[in-house]
Amino acid sequence: MLTAFLVFFPLAAALLLHFAKGSAARILALGASFLELAVAVFAAIVYARSGPTGFDLNLSWIPSAGINFHLGIDGLSLCLVLLTTVLVPIILATAFRHEEYENPGAFYALVLFMQTGLLGVFTAMDAFVFYFFWEVALLPIYFLASVWSRSDRRIQITFKFFLYTFIGSLFMLAGFVYLYLQTGPAAGSLAAHSSDIQAFYTTGKQLAASQQAWLFWLIFAAFAVKMPIFPFHTWQPDTYTESPAPATMLLSGIMLKMGIYGCLRWLLPVVPLGVTQWQQLVMVLAIIGIIYGAIIAIRQHDIKRLIAYSSLSHVGLMIAGVFSLRAIGLQGAVVQMLAHGVNVVGMFLVADAIERRTGTRHIADLGGLTRRTPLLSVCFLVMLLSTVALPLTGGFVGEFLLLAGVYEFNMWAGAIAGLTIIFSAVYLLRMYQRVMLGPDSAHSDTMTDLTGAELTMFIPLIALVFWLGLFPGTFLHLSEPTISSILTAVGR
Amino acid sequence: MLPIVLLSVFGIINLFFGFLRSNRVLLPFALVVLALVFGLNLLDWNHAGSITGLFDSPYVAQMLTVDNYSVAFSGIVLLTALVLLPFSRSYVAANEPNLAEYYSLLLFSLVGAIMMVSYNHLIMLFVGIEILSISMYCLAGSDKRNVRSNEAALKYFLQGAFATGILLFGIALVYGATGTFQLNELAAAIAAPANASLQSMLYVGVLMMVIGIGFKVSAAPFHFWTPDVYEGTPTFFTAFMSTVVKTAGFAAFLKLLLVALPGASAVWLPTIVAMCVLTLLLGNVGAAVQTSAKRMLAYSSVSHAGYLLLGLVAGRGQLSGPAAQAIFFYSLAYSVATVAAFGVLKLVSDQRQREDYAGLAGLARTNPLLAFSMTLAMLSLGGIPLTGGFFGKFFIFTAVVAQGYIWLVVFAVLMSMVGIYYYLRPVIAMYMRPAEPGNDAPIVVDGFQSATLVLLALLTLVLGILPGFLSNIL
Repeated sequence: MLTAFLVFFPLAAALLLHFAKGSAARILALGASFLELAVAVFAAIVYARSGPTGFDLNLSWIPSAGINFHLGIDGLSLCLVLLTTVLVPIILATAFRHEEYENPGAFYALVLFMQTGLLGVFTAMDAFVFYFFWEVALLPIYFLASVWSRSDRRIQITFKFFLYTFIGSLFMLAGFVYLYLQTGPAAGSLAAHSSDIQAFYTTGKQLAASQQAWLFWLIFAAFAVKMPIFPFHTWQPDTYTESPAPATMLLSGIMLKMGIYGCLRWLLPVVPLGVTQWQQLVMVLAIIGIIYGAIIAIRQHDIKRLIAYSSLSHVGLMIAGVFSLRAIGLQGAVVQMLAHGVNVVGMFLVADAIERRTGTRHIADLGGLTRRTPLLSVCFLVMLLSTVALPLTGGFVGEFLLLAGVYEFNMWAGAIAGLTIIFSAVYLLRMYQRVMLGPDSAHSDTMTDLTGAELTMFIPLIALVFWLGLFPGTFLHLSEPTISSILTAVGR
Repeated sequence: MLPIVLLSVFGIINLFFGFLRSNRVLLPFALVVLALVFGLNLLDWNHAGSITGLFDSPYVAQMLTVDNYSVAFSGIVLLTALVLLPFSRSYVAANEPNLAEYYSLLLFSLVGAIMMVSYNHLIMLFVGIEILSISMYCLAGSDKRNVRSNEAALKYFLQGAFATGILLFGIALVYGATGTFQLNELAAAIAAPANASLQSMLYVGVLMMVIGIGFKVSAAPFHFWTPDVYEGTPTFFTAFMSTVVKTAGFAAFLKLLLVALPGASAVWLPTIVAMCVLTLLLGNVGAAVQTSAKRMLAYSSVSHAGYLLLGLVAGRGQLSGPAAQAIFFYSLAYSVATVAAFGVLKLVSDQRQREDYAGLAGLARTNPLLAFSMTLAMLSLGGIPLTGGFFGKFFIFTAVVAQGYIWLVVFAVLMSMVGIYYYLRPVIAMYMRPAEPGNDAPIVVDGFQSATLVLLALLTLVLGILPGFLSNIL
């Protein structure tokens, strides 16, 4: 019940928003997202007490085909459910800051609609339910990123984004359909096949290595585009840069995690032999992504674009951690998914605050902003240092575990991947120096500090940065059983 | 049987309304008739031989059969006509002369469609196709003062007549080889041929029948009439053509292949596979290069014929098997979405006088409901989840993969990626491009049309979210 409420309540709120106008719409949207957060926290408490059993929801959906509407929450899902429900209120609040949005009610409704899609993805326990929500999440973000963007190139950019991700997911669907046709009937079902996750796990690993080899790429295509991994990333920098701030936060903060989550839940245990065959190639691509993203980030002049490339680089490390197939690497990926979600939303929040005040994102036009903005400077610095992986912050725990995993896989890979920390220190600190410190610019006198409302948005993010940095055990403990069962399935 | 009788009788009664000075009575009358017939048709569900008992007489029963298959496809056809009718309002408002005849022709064409989905005898198939087609030839030319409409009617008529000739020739050859018109006797005769020397005659006959019906459902390489005819025909009747004609055509096609010709699959299967590949390719690529929304929809209807042909490739076994289920679901989802798309396009083009993408620009601002309906229709036609079109494709693809045609499905998936490209273009125009200055007044939509669009949107969503209740009914 709780699972169904979590997934469908945002959708219901989104539909209700149709009837609300002006500030009523804001209150309704924000209220709904807070209620959702409260329910998620409640679910976490229930989970801590009684484990995953009570969260299973298994309804008949297409009985003739053996497809069930199966949702469930385990520790891994719970981490991402919490991330989503924490970030959505902040993303909505960012949207409130933008008075210029036309038809804002529709904007909030789409954000909530997207939340339903995301939570569906993170809780789906049936392959077709997973695919269904995967696409449901794409529709709202496409409209959010395109209709409310002010860029001249928005049509081409979002079109490319849509085509890329949709084509990627069609490959995944093809892979799922093939696997589905190999499954046997579920217990007590009249249908010849079943698309339940357990059926996929048992069927997938029995397939011949050669079959798993190409199935791996079919399924991985969707995840590779979504994360994105080099060389499937070309949609990402443009889309991140030109989308309105809340859409960018949704894309980078949560939607990107769909890809990593997908690898953990629907790739590694489903085609374990395929994974071991391609492990090295993916590792190489991931490490190329780390270096490539970082080097390009150094050369950027636009704050948002710099963060976009930085995100590309950090995602590379997460993929490398996942494909190290070591417990420590996978656990690191879980923590880093959370930490990166918090960090990148915080960074884009800073970028948005600066852009709204100065009207520019161009680093060369900025400088000396810190004089009048002590609060902004501190918030910026915390988010930045967590992204750079300074000890005590969430980014440090995540990246440390990830690097340890990669190091276990291969020492040299670990060494090269470790450059990410140095590189990100270079480009992020340089940006901070040129934007906040440095010689005064035209904006340094007119710049205003964070308002109370904005500060309230940063406080939970900063709290989470330190929570993840100081007590990562909370989340590691949650995800541990799932991670170890995944590794057992892969044969580690 | 009752639907056929009633539609014919009411169609004739409707002709007499032409004597009235006012056209006002026509639309309500047609709606009531269709709603009545739709309901009566559903009463025959699970009553093989029809509740009226008219089918118990062996004479009728050998010509037509009423079973769940025919009821289901008649249901789609009648429902499509019913939800399409509200968009004919502008003809009534313009007090078009001869309007009564158009409505009568629509009713008559439905008689043909229902005969096509319930035939049990090749002559009934032929008669059904002719009733449907001849009504359509007239309706294609119904915009008498427009050269394009005249051209459409002429092209449609010439090529349709040609196709009918081929079909009839095919039927004659098959009869010559087997000595029967009955579907089940045909199957038996093909399975155990009495005279082996007539085999080649049978095969040629089968091939000609496949080509003849292929013409009617606009399968490539016999599709070339489609874009011109669809573009020239008044939008309202284009919608009718691309839904009712296609649904009835494919239902008839599938029945022919499943019931009568399973023994001749060595001939028709490779033909259908080749037609399917060509149709998918030409339909999708053709649609991608269009600048007119109406012409894009015409090519898109060709491409959907390709997906339905794909369903025929899986056509083995019973009339209640996975192939029939998939084609039923696909036709329903396709018809609902197409009616919505053409409905919006008609409303827009009536007022803005243009049928290209630019004519749709700015619609999200002036008419959010129209833009939303059109978007949903495009997503459904493109096969994106949350809409009925996704499950239509899903069921068809799954049925075909289960038959082992993986490469064909891969090709179809690639083609549906092309589909996304052109289905997004109207959406982009509506939501992201400003309307032409001076041509940006809100489109006038009456309450009845809005209600119909909402109903269609809901149907699309229900098919896309809860497909279970219709996916296994046959």
